Amino acid sequence: MIIAMASGKGGTGKTTLSVNLAKAFSQPVQLLDCDVEEPNDHLFLGGELLNETIVSVLVPEVDASRCDGCRACSAFCRYNAIIVPGKTALVFPELCHSCGGCIKVCPQNALKEVEQRIGLIRTWRSGGISLLQGQLDVGVASAPPLIRVLKERIEPDRIVILDAPPGTSCPVVTTLRGADLALLVTEPTPFGLHDLTIAVEMVREINLPMAVIVNRMGIGDDRVQRFCQAENIPVIAEIMDDRRIAENYSRGLAAIDHVPGFRAVMIELRDKITALCRKEA
Amino acid sequence: MKIAFSTSGSNLDAPLDSRFGRCASFLIYDLETDQFEIISNLQNLTAAQGAGIQAAETVVRSGAQALITGHCGPKAFKVLSAAGVTVYNAAEGTVHAALNAYKAGQLPPTSSADVEGHWS
Repeated sequence: MIIAMASGKGGTGKTTLSVNLAKAFSQPVQLLDCDVEEPNDHLFLGGELLNETIVSVLVPEVDASRCDGCRACSAFCRYNAIIVPGKTALVFPELCHSCGGCIKVCPQNALKEVEQRIGLIRTWRSGGISLLQGQLDVGVASAPPLIRVLKERIEPDRIVILDAPPGTSCPVVTTLRGADLALLVTEPTPFGLHDLTIAVEMVREINLPMAVIVNRMGIGDDRVQRFCQAENIPVIAEIMDDRRIAENYSRGLAAIDHVPGFRAVMIELRDKITALCRKEA
Repeated sequence: MKIAFSTSGSNLDAPLDSRFGRCASFLIYDLETDQFEIISNLQNLTAAQGAGIQAAETVVRSGAQALITGHCGPKAFKVLSAAGVTVYNAAEGTVHAALNAYKAGQLPPTSSADVEGHWS
């Protein structure tokens, strides 16, 4: 069972709900922090760091003694990552999408693939939860390659929770692909509704079953619920706005262990998600 | 020797375009013959990435040995310097004014990119 926790708007509670939901299961859970530009799930688990692996992508390297400047590579590359300003090709690895096309079209065999580091994957253990965290290196522009490598570690027979980055761009799409259920976390405000609308469009494009969680109930209005009703999207949880949840978050604590009544809310959510996944399967 | 200018128009009275990678066109001026040609850069206006790199390659292929533009970012500068094209940053004004400033020796060559990528 692979559940992806996403949202259009940032700060709606993806991380809070991912971590607390993971702690609500009695079975072992794989929690993947796919927000590789600023992963923070580990702060709320307080687990033990087990290992760290370097992740690299393949980029071309030019052998200047073989390159005759024919421009076959630069004509092929749609990302402008390889160019021939003078007699030999010049590579911009940060623009490369690692397709390997330039290497195939080079008639002189002047290009070879070399590894370029893009980030790390860390594994943490906390009770029954094993947290896999991607961390993109500072200055690396593209997150999807690291997210793809992170997702290769998914054990689909287990309960898997994917904590997605905010928004609706490539890193989010990469996180969501292959999930059994997309949970869209929103808040009942005009901003929440606006970004939820875009997120719903994205999930429909990827063709995943989805459900909405309205977090911080009590602020805003009921337009999110009316939208979900009109669009026929189930709202599977309405979580009250509670200052104690935010206070625990600010201390790096999981609310499920510290806010009375919150465990019951998370267990109800857990059971609804499990039922929904069974129905969709 | 040929000089490339980034411009939004197609003659010497047209304004110099302060953007390099996503300018509308390049005016390539030949100092020996006092003739010029226009090379369109329109395909780069909609490029998702690497507009500066492509524009730099266009300038290199035109045979120009100098570029006069408003601002030039680090990747474009890398391509231009690899090909031995000298970059000059000029203030706003017409291509003609920038050409006169160059001829009068009023434009100092730059030794590095003067802006970060995606500055505009």
